[in-house]
Parts: sequence; structure tokens; C-alpha cells
Amino acid sequence: MTDVTDSPVPMPAKRRVAQLGMLAFAVGIVMFAYANVGLAVDGQVPAGMLTYGLGLGGLMLVAYLVLARFAPWADPLILPLVTLINGLGLVMIYRLSVAKSDLPSATLASPTSQLMWTFFGIALFTVTLVFLRDHRALQRLTYTAGAAGLLLLVSPLIPFLGQEINGARIWIGIPGLGQLQPAEFAKLALVVFFAGYLVAKRDVLALAGRRLLFIDLPRARDLGPILITWGISLGVLVLQKDLGSSLLMFGTFIAMLYIATQRTSWVLIGILLFVGGAILAGMVFNHVQERFEVYLNPEDPELFFKVGGSGQLMEGLFALGNGGILGTGLGQGHPELIPLAFSDFIFPATGEELGLTGLMALLMVYALLVERGLRTSLAARDPFSKLLAGGLSFLLAWQLFIIVGGVTNLIPLTGLVTPFMSQGGSALLANWILIALLVRTSDAARQPPPQAIQNEGMTQVFQR
Amino acid sequence: MSELTLLLIRLAFLAVLWFFVIAAVGVIRTDLFGSRTTPAGPRKAAKPAKPAAKPKSKKNEPRQLVVTGGPLQGTTINLTETPITIGRANDATLVVTDDYASSRHARLFPQDGQWIVEDLGSTNGTYLDRSKVTRPTPVPLGVPIRVGKTVIELRK
Repeated sequence: MTDVTDSPVPMPAKRRVAQLGMLAFAVGIVMFAYANVGLAVDGQVPAGMLTYGLGLGGLMLVAYLVLARFAPWADPLILPLVTLINGLGLVMIYRLSVAKSDLPSATLASPTSQLMWTFFGIALFTVTLVFLRDHRALQRLTYTAGAAGLLLLVSPLIPFLGQEINGARIWIGIPGLGQLQPAEFAKLALVVFFAGYLVAKRDVLALAGRRLLFIDLPRARDLGPILITWGISLGVLVLQKDLGSSLLMFGTFIAMLYIATQRTSWVLIGILLFVGGAILAGMVFNHVQERFEVYLNPEDPELFFKVGGSGQLMEGLFALGNGGILGTGLGQGHPELIPLAFSDFIFPATGEELGLTGLMALLMVYALLVERGLRTSLAARDPFSKLLAGGLSFLLAWQLFIIVGGVTNLIPLTGLVTPFMSQGGSALLANWILIALLVRTSDAARQPPPQAIQNEGMTQVFQR
Repeated sequence: MSELTLLLIRLAFLAVLWFFVIAAVGVIRTDLFGSRTTPAGPRKAAKPAKPAAKPKSKKNEPRQLVVTGGPLQGTTINLTETPITIGRANDATLVVTDDYASSRHARLFPQDGQWIVEDLGSTNGTYLDRSKVTRPTPVPLGVPIRVGKTVIELRK
């Protein structure tokens, strides 16, 4: 017995010091970036540096204290990584706002409102962690979450409430408060729904039907859920003209289906369904077709000068080309020339100033964040937590892939925000809730198992 | 600001950014290269008065519980001195969602350097290899324990 008790116990540590250190490091990098922008644009350290830097630092310290109090076993890296991404987004928006230009990309960029939304984001993060003590409570709300997600998704279509901006009907106006993108919150509700639903139904969905070549096809009657999700995501594509959300939702469902059943055939069926649906939609609907033309021939001069043509995409690619390997340096490029550089196109704007080297570091930070999420999913002890953490991290990775692939012309461009970087309240709020859920799951997964009350002999006491 | 200063700042910023990434990887290296034993651990283990008897029992001591079959396949739990409970209850160490498992189905606990499996009055029984576990039984390495549809075994 003695050598069992003496052996080192391989338990996950809390790593609070590492977490605080990394957090301070991230805030330090963000302050450095502010100083760099100021030095390059005005030749002096900007007055706003302390306000923004300390503002961000203070907010993150609050988030850290909340985390240490309410989720002490949570992964030590999640918060510092998010801090860095959110901070670099703030710096880029600040940098666009100080650009000496009258272009909308410079005048519409608002670092103050983004900092305010970050504040609200942290507030929601706190609220989620304080009130959601056990994420498994969400499993009881499976169908409620599904209904809420669907309602949020279709809410922009309701007359008077919904508003169409920049050709996509994805906004709802709240009188006196401005606009919100309900789809951002809908995706969280849908991940909760998918997780709860798949826990209950995965045994059925994993049943093999006929075998074709080397793939076990599912039974035809089990195709219901995937067809329904496919129908809804096509509906979003057609009625709201929102290719991004449509792809995001369907892709996440396929990934979670794969995690739950471990069957490659679902992934293949999903890809075939989506590609088929997208091609069909491209033939029938004009706006989808235009996107494809831009994707295939972005360098066509006619498309370049057309309104809603490839001009935006090409400006982004020019910026990336101008940045090269090492970038022009913060504050020394011309990211304000890219339309929407503060929201959808913040990635090429960052790429111009930080270069390939900086972008790769940024992508590594995202990759580490997703890795922490997937690791949480692996460490989780019950299937609902596994699916929830896996689904949330895949959602983050998939969203990043869609937007980064879009702005680099790897896949057709769709309007999605770069998580935590783009200017925009709804996305930031939703993503902070996502991080809170991930932290909560991670806390539960890394917590050591409860100690036994009595531990000797063959007799024991256990509660019924 | 001179060109040179800005160039240096630019390079320094990129370096710092990458240093952050490397530092982050450093924090999680336990994930990549397995868990490091704490420095205090080996020192304590070397202390016991009967060093001759120790190494042998140490060698055959299971370190991990691996789920080899059923919905949780691939899950591993590192063995400590705490007992492990298996069942459908939320507070079990290994929570199985299985209609054939009871809420508190079975228990594994260490005794004298061995791990013992004990059925906690489950409806469908716990099986060690092919035989039903009727009383606390020692579990050798690599022998499958079946709880409902889940199969687990102890490994080094």
C-alpha cells in the first residue's frame, strides 16, 4: 500500500501561476503593439495606450479572478490565448481608426466601442461561469436549446424586426439599442442541442446499413436528422443570403455527428449533400452565382470594378502581397484601403502589417485554443461534455477556416467574422459565452475525481 | 522615428509574438510528452526502508485504466490511490451511459499494491474475464473487466 501512496500522483495541476504569467505576457504584447502603432503613425507613444492597455489588462484580471474563484481547475491557457487575439483585434481596429484617410474603413473603425463590447463580453463570461455551475444542466435543456436556436436563426426574417444590411438579412433591430446578429447566439444554442440530441441518439445513428466499397453506409431511415439540418441550412442560405452561417451550422453538425458515431460515411454524406445543395442554389439563385464567379475569376477587370464584385477580395490579396514575409510593420501599411478592413477583412489587414510571420503566429494561437478545447473533450468523462467541448472547439476552428479561406480565395468568400478580432458586438459576446462554456467543461474534466469517504477494508459506505 | 528603429521594433514585435506561442506550448508540454513526475515524487519513493522488496511490486503495478470496448472506448484514467467507481451515476469516476449498467455498478480499489474489483450489487453483474465477480477479486494486468457494454482493463 505504501508505495502506491508514495508514488507521484499524475494529476492535472491548477497552474495558476502559469496562467497569470501568460495573461500578463498577452497584455504586454498588446501594449507593445499599441506603442508600435503610435510610434509609426505619430512618432510618439500614443496617449490611448495606457487607457486601452490598462483597460484590457484590468478586464482580463477580472476574468482571471472569476476563473480562479469559480472554475479553478480550468485549462490555464484558454484565457491568455483569447486575451491575445482579442487584444490584437483591438489594436488593429485602433490602427485603422488612426489612419489618415477618409475611407469608410478608417472612419467606421471604432476602438472605443470594441473595448466596450469586450467589457460586456467579459461580463457575460462572468455571468455564465457564476450561474452555470454544472454544464451538464444544459443537457436537460436539449430541445429548448434547439427551439431557441431555430427561433434566433429565423428571427431576422420576421417583418419589422429583421433588417437587411449589405445584402444579407441577418440582423434584428432592437429599438434604442442598435442591431444584433442573432445567428451568432443561435450557433451556441444549436451546439448545445446537437450535443444533447446526439448523446441520446448516437447508438441508433451508428448502426451500419449496407457496405459500399470500404464504407459502412448508415441505414436509409436514419438519414432524417441530417436531411432536416441540411434543409434548414439551405433555407438560411436562400432566404437570408447568408452562406457563412449556413456552412458553419451544417459543418458543425457533421463534425459532431462524426465525433458521436465515429463513422466516416456521415462526413462523406454531409459533404456530398452540401456541395450538391450549393451547386443547385448557385444555378437557381443569383446572389450565390455571383459569389462563385468572383471566386473563380477574381482578377477579371470587369468583376473587379463592379459593385459587389471581386474588388474587396483583391484589395485583401494586394494587402497580403504588400505585407510579404515580415510585413510592413504596425502602422506602416495601408490596410484602410481594404473595404471592411475592421470586420470581415481584419485578417488580410493584419497580414499586411505583420506579414506571413505574424499571421502564422496568430493562426498558431488560434490552433492552440482549438487544441485546448479538443483536449478538454478528450479528458471529459461523460459523453455530453465530450460532444459539447468537441462541438464548440470545432465551431471556432471551422469559423476561422471559412473566413480565412474566404479572404485568401481558397474557398468562396462568405461574410463571417474572425472570432474575437473583428469589430462587432454580437460576435464578441457570443464568443465570450463560448469560451465560458469551454472553461466550465474544462474545469469539470480536469477536476480530480471525488475522494472516497472511507477507504479501508472490504466494508464501505456508499450513498443510495 | 527613424527607419531603422521602426524596423527593429517590427522585428522585435514578431519575435515577441512567436515567443508567446512557444511559451504557450511550454505550458502544455505535459500534453505532448506525457505527464512529468513532480520532483518530490521520486525522492519520496526512494525513502522506504525495504528497498529490496519494492522494485518487484512496483514493476507490475498498473498505472492506467483503459476502456477497450463500448461507447467510451479509448478513454484512459490514470490510477492513483483513490478508488474508482463505475456506473451511470453522475458522480462515478467513469460515467457510462449504458442501459445494462447500474447507477453504481462496480468499484476498483488498491490494496497491498494490487487492484481489487468489487461488484456493488449491480443488476447485470460485473465480469472479470469470463467469470462473474461475486466478491472482491484481484485484477491482474490486461485482463478485461466487463460492465454492461463497457470493457476496461488495467495497464502499466
